Amino acid sequence: MPEITLIEALRQAMDEEMERDERVFITGEDVGRRGGVFRATQGLYDKYGPDRVIDSPLAELSIVAIGIGAAMVGMRPICEIQFADYIFPAFNQIVNEAALIYYRTGGDWNVPMVIRAPYGGGIGGGLYHSQSVEAFFAHRPGLKIVVPSNPYDAKGLLKSAVRDPNPVMVFEPKKGYRLIKGEVPPGEYTVPIGPAAVTREGTDVTVYAYGMMHYYVLQAAEMVAQRDGISCQVVDLRTLVPLDTKTVLESFKKTGKALIVYEDNRFLGYGAEIAALLSDEAFEYMDGPIRRLTGPDRPGVPFAHTMQDFYMPNPDTIADAIRDLAAY
Amino acid sequence: MATDLQTAHQIDDTGIDLDDQTLLEMYWQMVRARRLDERVWILHRQGKIAFHISGIGHEGVQVGAAYAMRRGHDYASLYYRDLAFSLSLGLTPLDFMLAVFGKAGEPTSGSRQMPSHWSSRKLGMLSSSSPVATQVPQAAGAALACKLRGDDRVVIVTLGEGSTSEGDFYEGLNWAGVHQLPLVCLVQNNIYAISVPVHLQMAVPNVADRAPMFGIAGAIVDGNDVLASYCVMREAVERARSGQGATLVEAKTYRPVPHSSDDDDRTYRSRDEVEEWKKRDAILRFQVYLRERGLLDDDAIAEIEERVRQEVDEAHAAAEAAPYPPPEDTLFPVFAPDDRV
Ligand SMILES: Cc1ncc(C[n+]2csc(CCOP(=O)(O)OP(=O)(O)O)c2C)c(N)n1
Ligand SMILES: [Mg+2]
Repeated sequence: MPEITLIEALRQAMDEEMERDERVFITGEDVGRRGGVFRATQGLYDKYGPDRVIDSPLAELSIVAIGIGAAMVGMRPICEIQFADYIFPAFNQIVNEAALIYYRTGGDWNVPMVIRAPYGGGIGGGLYHSQSVEAFFAHRPGLKIVVPSNPYDAKGLLKSAVRDPNPVMVFEPKKGYRLIKGEVPPGEYTVPIGPAAVTREGTDVTVYAYGMMHYYVLQAAEMVAQRDGISCQVVDLRTLVPLDTKTVLESFKKTGKALIVYEDNRFLGYGAEIAALLSDEAFEYMDGPIRRLTGPDRPGVPFAHTMQDFYMPNPDTIADAIRDLAAY
Repeated sequence: MATDLQTAHQIDDTGIDLDDQTLLEMYWQMVRARRLDERVWILHRQGKIAFHISGIGHEGVQVGAAYAMRRGHDYASLYYRDLAFSLSLGLTPLDFMLAVFGKAGEPTSGSRQMPSHWSSRKLGMLSSSSPVATQVPQAAGAALACKLRGDDRVVIVTLGEGSTSEGDFYEGLNWAGVHQLPLVCLVQNNIYAISVPVHLQMAVPNVADRAPMFGIAGAIVDGNDVLASYCVMREAVERARSGQGATLVEAKTYRPVPHSSDDDDRTYRSRDEVEEWKKRDAILRFQVYLRERGLLDDDAIAEIEERVRQEVDEAHAAAEAAPYPPPEDTLFPVFAPDDRV
């Protein structure tokens, strides 16, 4: 099977979905001739033309709202926000509009659209090209949220997102765009929105992560297995909303110890919900504190590499946290 | 086009292509919306309902605009004042009464939204919400879809003049200009946004003055003149349908009632001003015109009033008798099922 990068997997997903369904179109800043600043839409403009790969004005609110309106009347828009950090001008259109339309019309209207945004630090992007924004949107009922951690899932989840009758947000780990490679079979497949994946079976500590952090968690799990003989159960959440509570709970019950790793700020981050779920529904299995390893409560990843490194969890700090918890 | 409101007491029927039957139907639509609206104010005063946001005073421009559309074919994305507009598109007085009472079976939102948040897939009304102006870029998106598909639909979106201060308005019309979208943006300028007068919203005299900055057409019309409104809207709709792009239409009108049932408009404007505007009421003016054309007389007016009263009575009674939604309706799903196309 060919190995491809995560961003190539995303590009293939969009290409195949546009080929399959003429209602699919892409809009966002620089997605056309330039193929996106990260090149996620490279080649699609030449293949499908300016009516299906539309360079938007530099106005995020409208990128999302155009998608909402077009989706309501039968199109399948893929809206790219150039960096997750710039999604906030569109916040109202996402949380007050896209998220509510099915509910507020008693199911009369629905909004089949995709919002893609590269997120996360580690690329020297500073305060405004490194943010993780998933918690803001996960809080709002009505938005499906996926965060792929590898090329196979990236392609399969994005294809499912395009076909979903609801607004789906795809947060893409930009540091992993070219760093993370993996096998992707030729031809048609999808990865369903919803199920988490157990990516390593283990018995001592359960580690939950998604996106870039999941990539590091697998490395850390291997490190502690080799050096410390600690056996980790690793869960790649993949879909943040709706959460696969079954896999989350079952994986916890095997070990009784949970570490949740996310690079977003700690306070009210996505992992807090996992912790609450475990304490609520698996209390009698608990064999240690539920721990989180996260970015600090600072509003962005600083630019200087010393501070960036301090901010981001990495395989070493994750391994330390696993050892700590295993020893508890 | 009558723009001098001080002297614009007549109806401007230049270029009107409507037959007598349709003119009378439009008059009926305006009266029907007005009487329904007045009844809801009474219900509020009686303590029977919780909230009303009124369309009184705006019936002329709304009925004119609705009749300029290909109703059932074109899309409309309306705002809360558009009772007359919605009725003209096929919403019924009972539908509205169910919303006002917050009853089960209310068709636009199952009584999840406040009343006057129009929506109907079947009638081509996009779903509207409370945050003002959000509908403008969404309507541009719907218009983009129409253009990409090459169908001949037009999208009409409405809002108040105060709401044009929101960024959504600018971003939506900017798309309309860049992509020459089949969109008509109708601003119903009633010179107040709750209490804030229009000169504190913008430094240009007219909303439509902004059209050139989007590269789209602009037009100003006397919104209390139903036929002038029809004409200007028809021109804009035709421009959109024929691929010549969007129009920003500004209808000058007035809201002679408080902003909503929670407002007291005596705190921000004089009674003299309100009385002065009532003399230019769209229904009165149209009535005078139809009398002059020999289409209406006292008997015909009374007959229309009686027909409307009956319909409002029936809607009122049916809605009052209807059950409330079961509490568990709160938990209606937020996601459409996977097999939804
Ligand atoms: C984004 C947002 N801010 C504030 C409000 C509260 N609000 C509702 S209507 C309104 C005034 C709107 O005035 P205008 O656009 O002129 O329309 P009109 O009510 O006069 O028809 C305000 C401030 C709101 N609904 N949405
Ligand atoms: Mg106003």
